[in-house]
Amino acid sequence: MTSSEWPLWEVFIRSKQGLDHKHAGSLRAADAEMAIENARDVYTRRSEGVSIWVVESKHVVASSPEDNASFFEPSDSKIYRHPTFYEVPDGIEHM
Amino acid sequence: MTQNEALFQYVTRIGDNSLILGQRLSEWCGHGPILEEDIALTNTALDLIGQATSLLKYAGEIEGKGRNEDQMAFLRYEHEYFNCLLLELPNTDYAYTLARQFLFDHFNYFMYEELLNSEDRQLAAIAEKSLKEVTYHRRRSSEWLIRLGDGTQESHDRIQFAINDIWEYTGELFEADEVDQMMFEAGIGVNLAKIKTAWHKNVSEVMDAATLTKPQEDFMQLGGKKGVHTEYMGYILAEMQYMQRAYPNCEW
Repeated sequence: MTSSEWPLWEVFIRSKQGLDHKHAGSLRAADAEMAIENARDVYTRRSEGVSIWVVESKHVVASSPEDNASFFEPSDSKIYRHPTFYEVPDGIEHM
Repeated sequence: MTQNEALFQYVTRIGDNSLILGQRLSEWCGHGPILEEDIALTNTALDLIGQATSLLKYAGEIEGKGRNEDQMAFLRYEHEYFNCLLLELPNTDYAYTLARQFLFDHFNYFMYEELLNSEDRQLAAIAEKSLKEVTYHRRRSSEWLIRLGDGTQESHDRIQFAINDIWEYTGELFEADEVDQMMFEAGIGVNLAKIKTAWHKNVSEVMDAATLTKPQEDFMQLGGKKGVHTEYMGYILAEMQYMQRAYPNCEW
């Protein structure tokens, strides 16, 4: 990668009203406006979306894989945090 | 010239503008400067070829000789294509490709906007669908123009050079002949003088924002609308028509 390369952007697409934006992928663009347009051309050409967010990848702060043990493993043994001990009444759908 | 002949000619011209520019842009497929641009430009090419499909299909119906959109697109001779010369100019480089796109997108936008009110309902319906696509084309090419014009010294010089070089092909877009006149009077076609005013105003605004200088109105190249083309046209058709000429009626 050279320093003259365009910055990387993360693209989030909302597939329809009421749903959340989901990460769709990333792309390169010189500025925010171009990032939105490129996202439109690259990620919504098969009617995947009704709204686009872009954010420069450098602004995304990620957890470190080295922290996985302390971050994520402790919750593996705490099944009581899942709402699996309730009985679902008859007639309730989409649970 | 009967009303029907004029309508055939009119619709074919609009279809050929889309077809030939779509073919030209598709040459960039796989050769774009970056992946994102490659996809964006070929999306535009596909939009244009889609518009050409609707228009040439309709032209074939108006003509009433049983020609479908494929026969219209692939089995005519050079002098039977009526696109403006601007659209057959070579891609050359990204500056030329975007300069051509910018100048045509603004024309295409105002033309389709006017055609929404056409007395010809089929043409109005095609315009309604196409206008959404062309609105995006225009936005994209205008932003590119500003980025290149107001970018580095090199990008500024190259886009200015490209615009200066192809400017003499813009006059034909607004050149009204008998067909345009008949269609305008029938309430079917657009008022080219009105579009010319809107085009100049909008092109000037974007070029100002791009720190570019709009060339003076001077000698303009004509001919495409009458089927008299540049030396480039034959090569486009040779490539575009090869399959249907070599393997008549082949499908895939």
